[in-house]
Amino acid sequence: MGVKLLLAKAHVEGIKNYDVYRREGGYQSVEKALKTMTPEAVVEEVKKSGLRGRGGAGFPTGMKWSFIAKPEGVPRHLVCNADESEPGTFKDRYLMEHIPHLLIEGLIVSSYALGSNDTYIYIRGEYAWIVDILEKAIAEAHQNGWLGKNILGSGFDCNIHVQRGAGAYICGEETALLESLEGKRGNPRIKPPFPAVKGLWERPTVVNNVESLAAVVPIINMGGEEYAKIGVGRSTGTKLISACGNINKPGVYEIDMTISVEEFIYSDEYCGGIKNGKRLKACIPGGSSVPILPANLLLKTAKGETRYMNYESLSDGGFATGSMMGSGGFIVLDEDQCIVKHTYTLARFYRHESCGQCSPCREGTGWMEKLLLRLDKGEGKMSDIDLLWEIQSKIEGNTICPLGDAAAWPVAAAIRHFRDEFEWHVLHPHEAQVRNFGLAHYADPLQVPAGA
Amino acid sequence: MSDEILLKVTIDNITVEVPAGTTILQAARKIGGDVTPPAMCYYSKLQGSGGKCRTCLVEVSKGSEKDPRPMPKLVASCRTTVMDGMEVKNITSPRVLEARAGVVEFLLLNHPLDCPICDQAGECHLQDLSYEHGKQGSRYEFQKRTFKKVDLGDYIQLHMTRCILCYRCVFTADQLSPKREHGVLDRGDHAQIATFIQKNLHNEFIGNVIDVCPVGALTDKTFRFKNRVWFTKPVNAHRHCDKCCGEVQLWLRGDEVFRVTARKDEWGEIKEASNGKTGWICNECRFEKKNLADWIIEGPTNVNRHSVISQNKYVGLVKPTETFPKIMKGRNPKLLMDIHSVSEVNKPNIHLSQLERPAHSTDFNQ
Ligand SMILES: Cc1cc2nc3c(=O)[nH]c(=O)nc-3n(C[C@H](O)[C@H](O)[C@H](O)COP(=O)(O)O)c2cc1C
Ligand code: SF4
Ligand code: SF4
Ligand code: FES
Repeated sequence: MGVKLLLAKAHVEGIKNYDVYRREGGYQSVEKALKTMTPEAVVEEVKKSGLRGRGGAGFPTGMKWSFIAKPEGVPRHLVCNADESEPGTFKDRYLMEHIPHLLIEGLIVSSYALGSNDTYIYIRGEYAWIVDILEKAIAEAHQNGWLGKNILGSGFDCNIHVQRGAGAYICGEETALLESLEGKRGNPRIKPPFPAVKGLWERPTVVNNVESLAAVVPIINMGGEEYAKIGVGRSTGTKLISACGNINKPGVYEIDMTISVEEFIYSDEYCGGIKNGKRLKACIPGGSSVPILPANLLLKTAKGETRYMNYESLSDGGFATGSMMGSGGFIVLDEDQCIVKHTYTLARFYRHESCGQCSPCREGTGWMEKLLLRLDKGEGKMSDIDLLWEIQSKIEGNTICPLGDAAAWPVAAAIRHFRDEFEWHVLHPHEAQVRNFGLAHYADPLQVPAGA
Repeated sequence: MSDEILLKVTIDNITVEVPAGTTILQAARKIGGDVTPPAMCYYSKLQGSGGKCRTCLVEVSKGSEKDPRPMPKLVASCRTTVMDGMEVKNITSPRVLEARAGVVEFLLLNHPLDCPICDQAGECHLQDLSYEHGKQGSRYEFQKRTFKKVDLGDYIQLHMTRCILCYRCVFTADQLSPKREHGVLDRGDHAQIATFIQKNLHNEFIGNVIDVCPVGALTDKTFRFKNRVWFTKPVNAHRHCDKCCGEVQLWLRGDEVFRVTARKDEWGEIKEASNGKTGWICNECRFEKKNLADWIIEGPTNVNRHSVISQNKYVGLVKPTETFPKIMKGRNPKLLMDIHSVSEVNKPNIHLSQLERPAHSTDFNQ
C-alpha cells in the first residue's frame, strides 16, 4: 500500500459531516497555520514541499504563490478551479464528493497564505449536486468559526463563495475562468498581464486546482520537507489518478508516484488489469489533451527503462516518445479500440469546446474533425493524413490559450505512433468499417537505440 | 516629455526607437512598408482589441538587452510590448511566413469568397491579406459554414458568413454605446456576432461598426449594391454636427453621394478628428446626409494602400485549380483573382492597371 494523504480518510463513515471530519483530525492545519505561522511561512512550507499544480501544467504551487503582486490597498483573491471537464479526468469530483471539508480546509490555509479574504470555488456546472455538498461544508465551517471574521482570533477574515459554471470546458482555462466568474463570456484572456498581477476584477489572483489546494493540508500538518520525501525527484507527494477505459477496476486512486505504469495497470490494488483478458494497445496517461502512447512506449521509455507514474518519467522522451502527467486522467485502450475513431472523438470534443477567439483553433479544430470523420468512415485519402499533420502543426503554439495545443497534440501523437492504422483505413476502406486494426505491433518490444 | 526614455527595437534588421509601452506592431508601423505585420483584429482606437486573429505573429529572436533569450513561441505583435534591445523577425523569419500562411488559410476556410457580390470588395482587408500573405488555393474540401443574413435595424446588415470574428465591432458597440446589446453568441466555429433577439441597434454611434469591420460582414444598407467602391470617388467633407465631429469621407459618383464613412488612416483605422479625438461619426451623418448640399467639400481624399483603386495586383494572377464548386454546393465563385474581368458591375474594357494614376469614377463615366 502506498502512502495516502488525501483519500486516507475518505471512506470513514460520515466524513462529509463536520463533526466526523473534525474528530478525525480535520482543521488542524488551520489551527497550526493561523496560530503559529505567518502567511510567508505557509508559502515557504508549500515551496519546500515541491508541490506541483495538479490541474494539468504541473507548475510549482509555492512558486506561483510567491509571484502574486501585493500592491497597497488592493484586495487579492484565491480562486479554486473545480471546473474539471477534461475527458478522462474525474478526480476532483471524487475528492469534493467524499471529503469536501478537506478542500475547504486547504482553501482557508491557502487564503491565509495569499491574503485572500474572498475566495471563490468555480465549479463545473454539471456538478450540480456537489455545489450543495460544498455549500453545506462551508456553512458548517462558518458555524464552527473556521470562516468569517477574525478566524481563531488571528485577525484574518475569510469567506468562500461557490460559483457554478455553465458547461464550457474552456472555462477551466484560468483566465477564461476569471472572465466567467466576472460574469462575462468565458474567453481566455491574452497574457500578459498574468492573473498574479491582474486577475479577478483586475486584482492579483491565484488560480489553483482542487487537488493542489487540498494537498496544502497535509503539507502544513506534516511540514513541507516531510511531504517532499514522499515520491521521487520533482514528483513529490501523492497524486490522484482517475483511471478509466478498458480496465477491470476504473476509479480514483491515490498514488505516491513511485510505482511503475505497468504496476498501476495490472496490480489488483489499482486498475486490476485489462478487462476480459484483452491485451493493452494504448493509453492516454494524463487526460485527453496529452499525447497518446502505444503499449510498448507506455510501459518502457525509448531507452528501454521502466516507465513510472510520475511527472518526469511520463514525459521522458518528450513528445517524440513520451507523454505527460497532465491532470491524471488515465485512459486505457485495449486491442479492440480503433485509434482513428478515438482520435476523431477527441477532435470532435475540441471543436465543440473551442471558444472561437483565435482563428487557428476556431477553424483548425473543425477542419481536423471533418478530416478524421472522413478517415474513420473509410472515405479518406492518403494525403488527408499529411494534411492533418500540417493543420495540427499550424495550430500548435500559435493560439491564445493552450486549448489549441491540447487539440493539436492528440492528433499529432496518434499520427506519430499509429500512422499505419490511419493508412490501413485509407487502403482498406471497407474492411475498416467491419473490423478493427487490432493490436498490430503496438505492444512489440522496441529496439533500444545503441548508446541510449 | 523630452526626457522620455526611448527603447531600441530592431525589426527585420531595421532599428527604431520607441517609448516604453509601445507594441511591436506599433513600432513596425513606425518603420512602415513590408516590415509591418498585417493586423486583422487589432484596432488602436479600441481598447482591448487584438490578439485574436493571429495574422500579426512575429518571432522574437532576442528578448531584450537584459534578457537576450529568444521567445520560444511566435507572439502576437499587436499585444506584445517592446523591450530595450529586442530583436524581432517578421518577413525575415520563414517560421513566421509559414504560420501566417496557415492563419490566412484558416481565415478563408469558411469564408464564402463571394467578393463579386460583396460591398466590401476593393476595401476588404481579408482580400488584401490573402493576396499578400496567402497561398494559392484551398485544401478545404468540405461544405462551408453558412449563416442567414440578419438586419440589425434599418441601416446595418450582418452577413455573418463573411465574419472573421475579429471582435472589433463588439468592442466598438461596447465602447461607444451605453447599453450592451451586441456581442458574440455560441463558441468555436459556430460562434456568431449577434444582438439580443435580433434587436435593432439604436445607438447613435452604432454605424461605426461598419467602418471597423475588416470584411464585408457588417455593411451599410443605404449603400448595399448601389455601386462598387472603386467606381466612386472619395472626397473629404464636413458639416456642423452637434453629435459627432462631422468630419467624413463622401463617396461620390458625379454629384451623387453614395456613401458616407469616417476618415481612415493608412492602416485602415478611423483617423483622429481635428478635435484630437477619434473621428467616430454619428448615424445621422453616415446614413441620412446623402445630399451634396449637406456638406462642405474639402477636396479629394488621398487613396490609401488599402484601396483596390491604387493597385494593379489583381491583374494577371493565375486562377488556382480549385475545389470551390464542390464545396460551394456546385456554385462557382465568380471572382477568385481577377476582379475586373469577371465582375458584373465593372467595365472590363477599362484596364485599371494601365492607368497611370488612381482610377476615378470619371474613368468609368466616359
Ligand atoms: C482548456 C483548458 C482547460 C482547463 N481545465 C482545467 C480544469 O478543469 N481544472 C483545473 O484545475 N485546471 C484546468 N486547466 C488548467 C488551468 O488553466 C490552470 O493551469 C490550473 O487551474 C492551475 O492550477 P494548478 O497550478 O493548481 O494546477 C485547464 C487549462 C486549459 C487550457
Ligand atoms: S486557443 Fe481556442 S480556446 Fe483558446 S483562446 Fe484560442 S480559440 Fe479560444
Ligand atoms: S462582424 Fe466584422 S467587425 Fe464584427 S467580428 Fe465579424 S469581421 Fe469583425
Ligand atoms: S492583429 Fe494581432 S492578433 Fe490580430
